[in-house]
Amino acid sequence: MWKFLLPFAAFVALVVLFVFGLNPSRDIHALPSPLIGKPAPQFALTDVNDPAGVVSNSTLKGQVYVLNVWGTWCAECRVEHEALLAISQQHVVPIIGIDWSIDHGLGERDKAKQWLERLGNPYAQVAFDKEGRTIIDWGVFGAPETFLVDRDGKVIYKFISPMTQEVWEKEFLPRIAAAGKGV
Amino acid sequence: MSRVSFAGLLTFALAVPGFGGAFAEPPAAAALDAHGQLANPELQARFERIAKELRCLVCQNESIADSNADLARDLRRQVREMLIAGQSDDAIFKFMTDRYGEFVRFAPPLTPKTALIWGAPFVMLLLGGTIIYRVARQRSRMPLDE
Repeated sequence: MWKFLLPFAAFVALVVLFVFGLNPSRDIHALPSPLIGKPAPQFALTDVNDPAGVVSNSTLKGQVYVLNVWGTWCAECRVEHEALLAISQQHVVPIIGIDWSIDHGLGERDKAKQWLERLGNPYAQVAFDKEGRTIIDWGVFGAPETFLVDRDGKVIYKFISPMTQEVWEKEFLPRIAAAGKGV
Repeated sequence: MSRVSFAGLLTFALAVPGFGGAFAEPPAAAALDAHGQLANPELQARFERIAKELRCLVCQNESIADSNADLARDLRRQVREMLIAGQSDDAIFKFMTDRYGEFVRFAPPLTPKTALIWGAPFVMLLLGGTIIYRVARQRSRMPLDE
């Protein structure tokens, strides 16, 4: 009895392991963010369009907002740009951009300005992360990454990959509605 | 010692245009030697150990010590700055896991959630050992063919 049951149990255990482990729809690079449910990291950076201006999320208290990390060096950010523009035109919540300068400022600001002029600006405000410190505080490891912050200033969702209309409707809008901002 | 290397770095920075902006990591500059290493050998040793223990999330099988990714470079800068500021290894690891999760550590600390990872090799060893023991004992009891 043991002789048959034990290998069979081992076989079943392996099948279960493989079904979960090798599931092609599971993105092995998607990591859960430890920031979910925690207060959004504070930042005060210069404005991409105005080196003398300040963009800070401390002015957004009591407001639901989307935070999108991008860079002109990031091909996938170009892919999501049209979707971001369309979403911004729905005026549901403000989209705050963080332009991640991987080269620590050498030219990224000008490129970002040109990008927004040429392709349109979906952002209510765009902060310039010259030294890549703010994105570390947000646990960002690639671009684009998009966060949703609620009225209490808590991070409630993070999406890694280019934003699409579908993701916006399926993942963001219900959470925004639940966070008390009517659609 | 650090005064001498700082002076050297400063001379180099003034002599080579663009050096200061492109390569020096400004707040840490005074504590770095001309090769970008921490001037204090004790801190440099700690830096190397910590950087090897932190995963580069862009290229997940490399540590931030080995990776050329821009993010790895910035995380190395972060580790150096925290070391210079006198922070403990635990504080540095906590800074990283608070932002990136336990996954940034190649060897996560033993907690109920990671018990399976740490315990599995011993369970396997015990299981395998038991099977070999039982099979061997059974065979030694069998009569020889010839």
